[in-house]
Amino acid sequence: MGKMRGAIVVDTERCKGCEVCIVNCPTDTIGMAEEVNGKGYHYAYMKHPENCTGCANCAIVCPDGVITVYRVKTEK
Amino acid sequence: MDIKEIIQPENLVHKRTPLMTDATLSYCPGCGHGTAHHLVMEVIEEMGIQQDTIGIAPVGCSVLAYDFMDIDMSQAAHGRAPAVATGIKRLWPEKYVFTYQGDGDLAAIGTAETIHACNRGENIVIIFINNGIYGMTGGQMAPTTLEGMKSSTTPYGRDAKQMGHPLKITELVAQLPGTYYVTRQAVHKAGNVRKTRKAIMKAFEVQRDKKGLAFVEIVSNCNSGWKMTPNESNEWMEEHMFPFYPLGDIKVEGKIVKDLLKELM
Ligand SMILES: Cc1ncc(C[n+]2csc(CCOP(=O)(O)OP(=O)(O)O)c2C)c(N)n1
Ligand code: SF4
Ligand code: SF4
Ligand code: SF4
Ligand SMILES: [Mg+2]
Repeated sequence: MGKMRGAIVVDTERCKGCEVCIVNCPTDTIGMAEEVNGKGYHYAYMKHPENCTGCANCAIVCPDGVITVYRVKTEK
Repeated sequence: MDIKEIIQPENLVHKRTPLMTDATLSYCPGCGHGTAHHLVMEVIEEMGIQQDTIGIAPVGCSVLAYDFMDIDMSQAAHGRAPAVATGIKRLWPEKYVFTYQGDGDLAAIGTAETIHACNRGENIVIIFINNGIYGMTGGQMAPTTLEGMKSSTTPYGRDAKQMGHPLKITELVAQLPGTYYVTRQAVHKAGNVRKTRKAIMKAFEVQRDKKGLAFVEIVSNCNSGWKMTPNESNEWMEEHMFPFYPLGDIKVEGKIVKDLLKELM
């Protein structure tokens, strides 16, 4: 059976570091960066990229709409 | 598989709707207003009605909604959005007209406009963001503030004896013959976001089919006003707001689908 692999791209300069995406990710993919962006916010990033299934939960709850989601079906 | 192979245009499953402008939202980090904005614009994009939709921004934190939503918009005096929407819709019955209002706007200063637009059955959509507080002005008590809930004007919690009871205006308007679809949703969890998107879509379809007024309440957080982190505020909302403001449809196709007597007690 094919497995879903996903990846997110965060517009780090527009991320406000609210962490709402983190609690909405079912696979513990997202973490907050140590570094801050130009506005002084720690921004979201893929801490465990291998976990992401591309479900888009994080993106649809992001109040600032800064997450883009990609998904592919792999063979195994 | 390498991440770079996944991040390819053909694998795209979600991106921000182009119907939101590039302006940075003025909302606090984690505020549900932003999520609600995106949903309204996604629905308008999906229905292909960007050129035919006119929104009315309120007074409140979402006063600048016209900067963020890439459609024709007007901005009404505090609480008057349903009256402005009425005028625009009656002049342009073929346009889609909606208001976007907070609880202070819709259920305090604008109570008369809300109730009468609903009672007249104006063929508009009302999106109502209930965060139980006046967010913009510094977290004062709103009609929707829960009993015992602290705000800057109820530092010891709302006392119903002195300050009256929290107002379930959504259950009230559901009882008026002019409302055709009345629902209460949330946008803090992915599952809720998906349901709210469907509800907003249905509301615009009600307007398209000229059935009457569609009223979509979104129970939301005001993490700044409630003085919590965004995730704490969303948990607090589930624990305290949802029992009093239960989620789900209240009126569908002109028929009340909830036991309102029970809800109003
Ligand atoms: C006529 C008038 N009265 C009072 C105000 C002050 N005022 C601005 S926003 C607001 C309340 C907004 O609360 P709400 O509608 O709940 O919006 P939120 O900011 O919580 O989204 C008030 C009382 C005003 N701008 N105009
Ligand atoms: S929900 Fe959006 S704004 Fe908030 S931390 Fe995640 S990516 Fe950043
Ligand atoms: S797409 Fe789904 S699995 Fe991937 S980071 Fe977002 S919420 Fe987590
Ligand atoms: S004050 Fe409250 S309602 Fe206003 S933007 Fe901040 S969190 Fe949102
Ligand atoms: Mg409010």
